[in-house]
Amino acid sequence: MNTYIESIAQLFGRASRKPKKEEISPAAQKIYFYKKGQTVTKAQIEELHGEHQKNRKNKWRKRRWLTLIAINLLFVVSFSLDIQLLEGALTASRFMGFHMADLNSALQVMLAHKVILINLLIGVVTVFIMWIILGGRTFCSWICPYHLLAEWTETLHLWLFQRGWAKNYTFHRGVRSVFYVIFALLALVTGYTVFEFISPTGILSRAIIYGPTMALVWVALLLLFELLLSRRSWCRYVCPIGITYGIVGVFSPLRITYDLTDCKHEGDCRNVCLVPHVLDLTIKNRSTDIEVGLGADCTRCGLCVDACPTSSLTFEFRGLSQRPKKEELPLMPDPSTSQEPKND
Amino acid sequence: MTEAHSDLIKTDVKKSKSIKRGPGRRAQQARREFLRSIALTAGVTSISLLGFLPIDTANAKNRLKMRPPGALDEDKYLSSCIKCGQCVQVCPVNAVKLDDMDTGFGLGTAYIDAREQACDFSCDGLQCVLACPTGSLTHTLDYTHDTRMGFAVLDKPKICLAVLGKGFKGQARGPDYEGLLRYEEIDRWNPIALRDHPYDVEICDLCVQACPIEQRYNQCQDGKYPSGDENQCPPERAIGLELITEKNGVKHMKPVIYDGCVGCGVCEMICPTNEPAIIIDYNKVTDIPLSEHYQIKSRKGGHS
Repeated sequence: MNTYIESIAQLFGRASRKPKKEEISPAAQKIYFYKKGQTVTKAQIEELHGEHQKNRKNKWRKRRWLTLIAINLLFVVSFSLDIQLLEGALTASRFMGFHMADLNSALQVMLAHKVILINLLIGVVTVFIMWIILGGRTFCSWICPYHLLAEWTETLHLWLFQRGWAKNYTFHRGVRSVFYVIFALLALVTGYTVFEFISPTGILSRAIIYGPTMALVWVALLLLFELLLSRRSWCRYVCPIGITYGIVGVFSPLRITYDLTDCKHEGDCRNVCLVPHVLDLTIKNRSTDIEVGLGADCTRCGLCVDACPTSSLTFEFRGLSQRPKKEELPLMPDPSTSQEPKND
Repeated sequence: MTEAHSDLIKTDVKKSKSIKRGPGRRAQQARREFLRSIALTAGVTSISLLGFLPIDTANAKNRLKMRPPGALDEDKYLSSCIKCGQCVQVCPVNAVKLDDMDTGFGLGTAYIDAREQACDFSCDGLQCVLACPTGSLTHTLDYTHDTRMGFAVLDKPKICLAVLGKGFKGQARGPDYEGLLRYEEIDRWNPIALRDHPYDVEICDLCVQACPIEQRYNQCQDGKYPSGDENQCPPERAIGLELITEKNGVKHMKPVIYDGCVGCGVCEMICPTNEPAIIIDYNKVTDIPLSEHYQIKSRKGGHS
């Protein structure tokens, strides 16, 4: 239970901390002890890194981009061909007649209107259950069209940043929780769905389905801000949709799991991550156990899974996966039989 | 990409070290980050509140635009609409459109531009109302004649062809007009382009001929109920040409709007003059302001 509270606190903006020694399981402590004895040189890590880059297939990124584009196109195709497969937009839709409502949009409407209609409730419950199973913030990286644009902008931003042509101002992560409260209160007090006015997710989804609008200028400004001034700032520091789905995903069985055993702690995963604080446990002496699931703020985008040179990060569906149980893992790898790291 | 990232981290560290060393650096960074976060909060919140600008907060019930059938009064409509456009998707004549950012909190809400394409009820079953997931288009409506989108007004009687005693021959809105209307005698199920249905009348009565409520009313008078359902019969007429005698004794025909008018906008759409002589006042219902209409309704215990 404690891990869930930690996960929620992290979602709301608390910085991750170094666990005390007694919080780390004995098995994990053994591995850390073993790793202490083996100095992994920079050259070794670079070799490993280079090897991985050569054979890197970006399997999860490909799958995710395809899924994201396919789902958003399904809305378009359904409307233009009038096949009524997926009607509406991302804020609320009907999949083969079943009501679906975006949890954050529905929340805004409920707070502003103060009346809950049964259709909306059905949509909310359906989507709620769906995203509990699928991982909560999975919505962000696998469905949200703004996420994809921001991801492409990020690549460009990093290129510019390397050449000193872009800045990367950071903000306190807790500011997103402040926005969450502000937008909830604004909806409640003003009676208008204030956040929907600036939500790039809704604006983009409608623009894709019903045609371009002036509101796209706002989305372009957001992307420009991210490009030149602050990496992935909307998703990281503002968007309340992320918190809504983050809360839904706290108990989700679908998550990315970290395995301490082979990890070289080189940090490739944190470099590609939208929410690198969920991967702070990959820093040496930060993981409390050999196998730990990432926190609720994780969008399950799989970039870290693609980036990890030692396959220490994997998608897991708790209860379904074929992974060996912790007890079956060797608590202390035998140096004589283990392949790596080699001790020179 | 990862290559770039690790380089990035290195340069990042180098830079920050060169700027300042010592224990104060971290605290200073944290303070700057905190101040930046406050600026971000103030900035984004202010921008979100710009949505108030086009809203008539003093008369919150006044509509920004003509709304689809069953729309709640404007403030409730804006708050309850989830901005998904399912009403847009089901409309057979594409009358429903979504608003842009210039309407502030109206962004993404549905409206109808009657002059461009009015709601002619050719779906017969108020499909947009059925599609609405939040009840923004109130689900308590059952029949077309229950809706109140506004009220027709003879805005410019001086250019009205009927008032001028003129007839009309040809395409009501010219050859380039793309609007659709359903003509039951031509195709029961599919609306056709208005330009494909030319008129030829001695005295222009296009607004009366095309009125969906009038059409239903007349069908019922002939004993042919719309969709075979007696409940579909409008209780009152909506519009008719009447012979009017002016004070100076001049007699002429004039379209007169009755209480059965639901404000669907077909008269505004079909009116063949350059500027429509007849328009919909979408803040009015049967000669009283929309807001009062809803008050009366809720006093009577009806829906609002």
